[in-house]
Amino acid sequence: MNYLLRGIGVVTAVGMISLLSFSLPSPSGEARGDGGSDTLPKLTHKNWQQECASCHIAYAPAFLPKASWRRVMGGLDQHFGENASLDPVTQADILRFLEANAADAGTSRMGNRVMRDIGPKDAPLRVTETRWFVRKHDEVSRAVWSRKAVGSAANCAACHRQAEQGVFDEDTVNIPK
Amino acid sequence: MTKSLFRNSLAMLGMVSTVAWATDSPASLMAHYAATAGVPVSALSATRGETLYRTEHPGRNGPMVSCASCHTANPKQAGRTRVGKQIEPLAPAANPQRFTDAAKVEKWFRRNCTDVLQRECSAQEKGDFIAWLNQTK
Repeated sequence: MNYLLRGIGVVTAVGMISLLSFSLPSPSGEARGDGGSDTLPKLTHKNWQQECASCHIAYAPAFLPKASWRRVMGGLDQHFGENASLDPVTQADILRFLEANAADAGTSRMGNRVMRDIGPKDAPLRVTETRWFVRKHDEVSRAVWSRKAVGSAANCAACHRQAEQGVFDEDTVNIPK
Repeated sequence: MTKSLFRNSLAMLGMVSTVAWATDSPASLMAHYAATAGVPVSALSATRGETLYRTEHPGRNGPMVSCASCHTANPKQAGRTRVGKQIEPLAPAANPQRFTDAAKVEKWFRRNCTDVLQRECSAQEKGDFIAWLNQTK
C-alpha cells in the first residue's frame, strides 16, 4: 500500500516536471510556432499582400499598434508623400486584418516586444519611429542607410534577406556594400 | 439529367467568367478611354502619350518628377519605387500583364497622375498613354 502511494507520488512528480519543462519557453524552441526570436507568425491575407506589397514589402501588422494602423489606413491619399488610395471596401478589409494582428493584439511575441517600448497613447506612423526599431538598429551607421542598394530604412529586404517571409533573425541579415 | 444540366451550366458560367476576366486589353482600354473622351480611337496619339510620360513636373517633395522617375526612361525596363522595390516593366511588349485589368489601370492612373501632375489625368491622356506604351516594341 505504502509502495503504491509512493509509486503514484513518483509518477505524478515526474509528470509535473516534464509538463513544466515543455511549457517553459526554451531558447531553441522560440524559433518555431508563433515565431519567437525574430520570426513573425506566418500570415496570409490577399489584399494586404497584394496592395501593401506593390510599393514596399507588406509590413507585418505586429510592427505597429492598432491606433497606428488606423492612422496609416485613414491617410492613404497622402501616404508618406505618395497617393496610395484604395477603394473603401479593400481599405476596410486590410485595416480589419491589421488590427486583428497588430502589436497590441497579443497574437505575436514580436508584437509584445514592440509594445514594451510604446506608450499606451502613442500611435507612431512609421515602424522606424518605434523605440523597438531604433534599439534593434543602433549599430547601423547613417552611411549604411543611405547606400544605394539600401535606399532607405523602409527597405527591410535590402538587408533582411528573408523579410518577405517574416524572418528577421540576425543570422539572415546581409548588409549590401 | 438535372445534375448534368447543373454541371453544364456551371461549366458555361466558368467559361463566361474566364472570358469576362480576359476582356481587358490595351486595345479595349484605348477604345474605352477614347469613347469616354468622345473621340475616335484614331484620335489617340502615341506622341502625346510619350510626352506625358517624359515631361517633368515640380514634385510635392522638391525635386522634379515624371513617370520616368520610377518607371525609368525605357518603359521596357524594370523600375524602382521610392523605397527600392522593383516595378515590373510598363510596356506590354516586355510585360504582357500590363493593361489587362481595367480596375488596376484606373487605380494606378488615379494615384500616379495625382502624384506627378498634382491632378487626375483626362480620359484622352490615359488613352494617349496606353497608345504609346502599346506600340513600344
